[in-house]
Amino acid sequence: MNRNQGILHQIDWITVGLYFLLVILGWLNIYAAVFNEDHRYIFDVSQRYGMQLIWIVAALMLIVVIFSIDSRFFSAFPYPMYLLMILTLIFVLIFGRVVNGSKSWIEIGMFRLQPAEFAKLATALTLAKFASVYNFKLNQFRNLLIVSAIIGIPAVLILLQNDTGSTLVFATFSLVLYREGLPGWILVMGVVLILLFVLALLLGLNALTVIIFVSAWVYLLAHTRNLKISGWILLPSGIAYLGMYLAIWFLNLKLSLAVQLVAPWFLSFPIYLVMAYKNNIKRIYGVVAAITFSLMFIFSVDYVFHNILIKHQRDRINNLLGIEFDPLGAGYNVNQSMIAIGSGGAVGKGFLQGTQTKYNFVPEQSTDFIFCTVGEEWGFVGSALVLLLFLGLLFRIIFLAERQKSKFTRIYGYGVAAIFFFHILVNVGMTIGLAPVIGIPLPFFSYGGSSLWAFTILLFILVRLDVSRDQQLN
Amino acid sequence: MQLNDQYIDRKWVVGGIFAVFILIFIIRLFFIQVADNKYSMSADSNSQRHMIQYPARGLVYDRNGILLVHNQAAYDLMVIPRQVLPFDTLLLAELLDIDVKLIRDRIYKAKIYSRYKPSIFLKQISVSRYARFQEHMFKFPGFYIQSRTLRDYPRPMAAHLLGYVGEVNDDMVKKNPYYSSGDYIGISGIEKSYEEVLRGAKGNKIFLVDVHNRIKGEFMNGALDKQAVQGLDLTTTLDAELQEYGEKLMAFKSGSIVAIEPQTGEILALVSSPTYDPKMLVGRKRSKNYSILQKDELKPLFNRALTAQYPPGSIFKIVNGLIGLQEEVINLETHFECDKSLVGCHNHPPNNGIIKAIQYSCNPYFNQVYRRVVQQGTDKNRFVDSRYGVKRWVELCQSFGLGQTLPIDVPNLSSGSIPGLKYYDKKYGKNQWAFSTIASNAIGQGEVMIVPLQMANLAAIFANSGYYIVPHIVKKIGENPTSKDEYTQRRYTGIDHKWFVPVKEAMYAVVNEAGGTARLARNDSIVICGKTGTVQNPHGEDHSVFIAFAPRENPQIALVVYVENTGFGGTWAAPIASLIIEKYLHRVVSAKSVEEKEKRIIEYTPLKK
Ligand SMILES: [Zn+2]
Repeated sequence: MNRNQGILHQIDWITVGLYFLLVILGWLNIYAAVFNEDHRYIFDVSQRYGMQLIWIVAALMLIVVIFSIDSRFFSAFPYPMYLLMILTLIFVLIFGRVVNGSKSWIEIGMFRLQPAEFAKLATALTLAKFASVYNFKLNQFRNLLIVSAIIGIPAVLILLQNDTGSTLVFATFSLVLYREGLPGWILVMGVVLILLFVLALLLGLNALTVIIFVSAWVYLLAHTRNLKISGWILLPSGIAYLGMYLAIWFLNLKLSLAVQLVAPWFLSFPIYLVMAYKNNIKRIYGVVAAITFSLMFIFSVDYVFHNILIKHQRDRINNLLGIEFDPLGAGYNVNQSMIAIGSGGAVGKGFLQGTQTKYNFVPEQSTDFIFCTVGEEWGFVGSALVLLLFLGLLFRIIFLAERQKSKFTRIYGYGVAAIFFFHILVNVGMTIGLAPVIGIPLPFFSYGGSSLWAFTILLFILVRLDVSRDQQLN
Repeated sequence: MQLNDQYIDRKWVVGGIFAVFILIFIIRLFFIQVADNKYSMSADSNSQRHMIQYPARGLVYDRNGILLVHNQAAYDLMVIPRQVLPFDTLLLAELLDIDVKLIRDRIYKAKIYSRYKPSIFLKQISVSRYARFQEHMFKFPGFYIQSRTLRDYPRPMAAHLLGYVGEVNDDMVKKNPYYSSGDYIGISGIEKSYEEVLRGAKGNKIFLVDVHNRIKGEFMNGALDKQAVQGLDLTTTLDAELQEYGEKLMAFKSGSIVAIEPQTGEILALVSSPTYDPKMLVGRKRSKNYSILQKDELKPLFNRALTAQYPPGSIFKIVNGLIGLQEEVINLETHFECDKSLVGCHNHPPNNGIIKAIQYSCNPYFNQVYRRVVQQGTDKNRFVDSRYGVKRWVELCQSFGLGQTLPIDVPNLSSGSIPGLKYYDKKYGKNQWAFSTIASNAIGQGEVMIVPLQMANLAAIFANSGYYIVPHIVKKIGENPTSKDEYTQRRYTGIDHKWFVPVKEAMYAVVNEAGGTARLARNDSIVICGKTGTVQNPHGEDHSVFIAFAPRENPQIALVVYVENTGFGGTWAAPIASLIIEKYLHRVVSAKSVEEKEKRIIEYTPLKK
């Protein structure tokens, strides 16, 4: 059988169809978002919509290239690619060009590329390669360490470029690892740590300490189903903390934050140990350990934040968490973005009829806030449809991943799904006020060649691998 | 071959996470977009109105602080087609006193221009209409009033010099991003040359407007607003009273007066007659009046003082005389007979040197001087010899600021012309011409052309004994004196200082001694020096021209008066110049001068219909 015919026959046309649908919708939205009366022609390359078409055409050429590469290539060379990627990231860090405060661009002639986009791809492939060896087990400490390094090194390098958004993308690889057997509790603990980190900064240490104790109580109550025991458990610490605050208040005691936080706990927790021993409730040991760890953790978060980070890093985090409401910055954007989306109503104002996204109500309207145009012009129906198309794509990617005999392709497929998911999650979440303002592109919708090509390559390598699914075993 | 995969069920967890988040987003969207109309309400009240803040254009003062140009408020009715909702067209027509058809046309036009950007719906509505419209404005979403300033002239004068302001054309809008359609821009005069100084910088204020066309407040508390920057005031070098007086004297005559302060190059008065009232070219009536003025056969829009190129006539004899002295082809005692066979002359006592020749304005004398300048004997062939002579002559003429466009600060100055080798070679062919061919240049009747401003500058050069400062009209921009080198540095002619002594002597004699051609310019209290010219005009009566400076010692004013088609230079131009000098130096014109000169001049109105 002719090889090309075989490829055409084997291509997953549903994925390809979803891809083209999203790309075309994205292009029309860029046209609507930056529509310029003086340049009505959608092919006008002096405008972003004309340029986007050029990027799209280039993306199509990339697809052709990917299909002409032997599928074994992708599983053969992840390590050299990974090394190259790391070197490039270091190069960018030293020689890169600063755009919007991030030193993450390199310029080659007229092209500006953001290597971070391609770092995701290299990392996904490398992860797949490493975790697909026979008899690989994620719950072995050595493997866990190497996997963490594979994900962590580029993440840190990108963080150093001051590109927080792209760094966070790497966190979603934990979903891939979960699918490959990462113990669930690690995922849960990760979420808890993030929560503690955010809450420590958002609520302050005192309030968070209360929350930690209340959570401990709820947990014990749920497990012992004994109101008396679980209630008593809080009493010694409660008295210790109260005593300390009274002492500070009345005796004008000057205690450092660390002492305030930890001293009452260390004074009271032996009592718990005795209680645990007497009543033979083993869970109390775990709870005591968890509380101790949490208190130490939130104290170090607070310390690092206030004493080690420099001001602009603090500002960034503050902005991210919405601690400082900056009417001209993040807070303003989100409000305007929600107004734009809300004004779309059920069915939207219609193509090119949006008024909020015109006249720059919404900044970055063609890049980070492109979803506003979808919401305003196509309404609830349109934006829900776009989200469902994305969900369809995600499901299809999982489906493709799961039908592979090759573990490599499966892991890579999950990597692709995770990357797409994170981008959709953060980008759309940001425009509707459910996620912090982090500048990462919405796949296929945000203006720009770099991100369009990265997502195209990411997706079509999977499609290419899927075409050859019968030839690959491992 | 099935992979032995114990975690296969986790695909449901991952897929589930995806689905849950997307579902949360969709629910959230449902609340924002459908269930809760808070956001769409905000969007309504969120419609922005970009109001351009037009800064007041800089004012213009005369040299003594008299206000010449100021601003009056004007209101334009603007429309943003995108925001227009169905409205009562009859009411709008009634409020604005226009017909319904015009309303439709204008909205249609505005839509073609842009649906999002404001266009002018009706220009410059009156204050009373503005007030009435304001009351009903809430009925007309998409319409709003934009205030602007128009020029006003408390003492209408110097129309050509001050210039006018008009709407910017499409070319300019494309060329210069500062301007947008409907903006005003200086089109002529100093309004044009000092446009960037006068206009200041537009500001931008963004308001939030609700569906009822009411301003709800500032957009983002004005954080994105840009304050307008006031235009700077200009203090001109003009003497308003002198200018007014000059215009009065020139009424119903065709010609110009240009008066300069010799030491500084400051233009004291610049009259071009016939003129027009600058108020005619303000506001809505501008285009109508403009076409009336344009059709007027007396050409009132034409700035004769800067653009009319005339043969200089006899005043040019002084230049040729100075060049002869400088080139040492004559000396002070050189004597030429008044040989009327060379060129015609009037009857006058015999010349005994250049001073008398200037005083009597003897044509044959300067014919001979010019011959010597042109044919200096550098080459045996007289054609070749003439080339050397003319080349040198052109150089020296140019050092008087002739035949070139002086870098003055008013647009559209003509260069005049000093014909050189190129010109004559083209006209007659190389080595086909010699002195005899171009002899009429000797008495300022040939191809030499000078604009009145250059003539006044000649007078200033004579007054300064050999240098000039480029004439200019603006003294101060805002609080800062103009510091351009051009307007502060002396430009020396190629003529030695010493040769101006006899010239001044002669110019004194022209006015003050028996046999002088400008006895009518005499003033008992001021020593005026001058030179008449009578320029033959093939199209009609001769032009009358007179250049002068005064007083003889330490001159304060140098000027030219050029009166078209009025015959002998001494008859009209000289007395007008004398009155201007008296007015400037004494601030009032004596009763005697009024009786002897002014009355006669004012009664002389050749252009009156
Ligand atoms: Zn004579």
